Amino acid sequence: MSRLQLGAEPTTARASKRARRREENSHEPGLFGVRTWTKTRLALACVFAVVAVFPLLYMVSLSFQPTDDIFTTHPTLIPSHPTTLNYVQAWTENDFSRFFFNSMGVALLTVVLTVVLASLAAFAFARYRFPCKELIFYLFLAALAVPSVDLIIPQYILMARLHLTNSLPGLSLIYTSENLPFSIFLLRGFFEAIPKELEESFRLEGARTLRVLTRLIAPLSAPALAVVAVFTFNFAWEEFVVASTLIDKSTRLTLPIGLNSFIGEHTTSWGPLFAGSMFATVPSILVYVVSQRWFRRGVSVGGIR
Amino acid sequence: MDKPSGAGFRRARQRAGNLLTPYALLIPAAAMFAVFIIYPLYRQFNISFYDWHIFPGASNPGVGLTNFRAMFKDPAVRTAAVNTLLFVVITVPIQIVLGLAAAAILTDRLPGRGLLRGLIFIPVVTSWVVVAYIFAYIFAEQGGLANAFLSLFASHPVHTDWLAHRWTGEAVIWIVSIWKGIGWSFIMFLAALDGVPRTLLEASRVDGAREGSVWRHVVLPSIRPTMAFVLVLLLIGASQVWIQVFLLTGGGPYGSTQVLLGVAYQQAFSFFNFSYAGAIASVMALVVLVFSIVQIRLLRRGQVR
Repeated sequence: MSRLQLGAEPTTARASKRARRREENSHEPGLFGVRTWTKTRLALACVFAVVAVFPLLYMVSLSFQPTDDIFTTHPTLIPSHPTTLNYVQAWTENDFSRFFFNSMGVALLTVVLTVVLASLAAFAFARYRFPCKELIFYLFLAALAVPSVDLIIPQYILMARLHLTNSLPGLSLIYTSENLPFSIFLLRGFFEAIPKELEESFRLEGARTLRVLTRLIAPLSAPALAVVAVFTFNFAWEEFVVASTLIDKSTRLTLPIGLNSFIGEHTTSWGPLFAGSMFATVPSILVYVVSQRWFRRGVSVGGIR
Repeated sequence: MDKPSGAGFRRARQRAGNLLTPYALLIPAAAMFAVFIIYPLYRQFNISFYDWHIFPGASNPGVGLTNFRAMFKDPAVRTAAVNTLLFVVITVPIQIVLGLAAAAILTDRLPGRGLLRGLIFIPVVTSWVVVAYIFAYIFAEQGGLANAFLSLFASHPVHTDWLAHRWTGEAVIWIVSIWKGIGWSFIMFLAALDGVPRTLLEASRVDGAREGSVWRHVVLPSIRPTMAFVLVLLLIGASQVWIQVFLLTGGGPYGSTQVLLGVAYQQAFSFFNFSYAGAIASVMALVVLVFSIVQIRLLRRGQVR
């Protein structure tokens, strides 16, 4: 992935880059012994990558094809009459732009809520002792076994009683709750790996807990926070079942539900559908690309290993 | 600077504050979690013992185990259970094997490693709705790539309506789910393989171990915790399969590709049998929970050995 330059990189990133270069120059024996199998591995990796990306590239191609070309008996891989009409049609018809911003709002609110609430809770689990600590932690974890759609029925009943159906912030509340267990789990592991001495010296200078969190823990945990943010953003951005159950007012629909409106009773307007799909896909890929440099470290340190 | 007495007071206040801090940190997340996850979970179990109606004021007579008993006689539930089980048994092992293979290929130095890693992960961040549309189009009866591709090898043009028959429909559901899932296990295994101590690998190679046995006795045991984590989360996720079925075949034809969660959802929101739906979802949650606990235990024990 092209490494995006976002201004000056922090020193830690630069240091880790240097470390990486050192690691790559040293001829450390690899997973497969002295031979590196470079060509075989490269070929196989390309097969994986092509399979992963091909359907999406096909979507890109289809989104630039006039509907007449899409609706033939012979599939066209490269657009023969490229057009941007599908994009114009997708964006302007069916209130699509409104759905886009609805989804963006829900996703951003969910990310902020999840990052803040999960960080606070994870810090409590990582640094304090209190009664029933592990029990409460495992209660959170047990919820991983009961993911989103399984609870939709009682959640619908609850939201109906709270008058939170057809509410976008209400949707965010559900999404945040769904994302808390995994986020707390990941962040706790990461916070625990930060040396206590750092925090103590910070506190000696008179810093209070919130300051320690925002000025010390958060910057040091950027990789884990990035993972939480990406997972949460994508969860909220693409969530379908809860949104389609809780929301039926046409002005409050989110993007995935809105996309469904391109599927008519008898005909499907594939061109605008794929252009609309592009609007749905590009933000999540962008979010991932931007945060990718932190991503793997966030997954590996965060308690999984 | 505070006066001595003031400092003493401050210290006392700080100590009291320190006792309360973990609770203050935990309460926002715990409260949301309790309201939107724990309470619905309880509610789900609770309503399955009643003939419950969503309208306020309607009488909700207790029916004991009737809903649970009905479940075991319901042919729709039986078909859905078979389909769900098949989905788990087929997609989980393939995702693990392919994810691990891709991770093994891309752990060590390789030209374009970063780009290839990023591309393989992209299906994970693509939304289900979009993915379903692309694959519905690829497997379309007219003008679909899949039929065009198969026609190259067959003596006659292939016109399979993939999503309109049970087993071809299931095949598409499996293929799409594996395609979208590999990236997730890939990134988890990548982090784990990166952490396998290379000195350990070298030591066993010096001892004359073959590559196969190095993998069996060194690499696989040291990624065991990740293996457990990935396996448990994939099993949970796979047993909750529904969204892709809903979007691709809608459970059809005639419910033959339906899965358990789909039956529950349909019972709740098409037939308003919230109690029956709650019973199905509750049994599912219970089975998954027990299963995950047993599995984590077993894998932990293996680790100690």
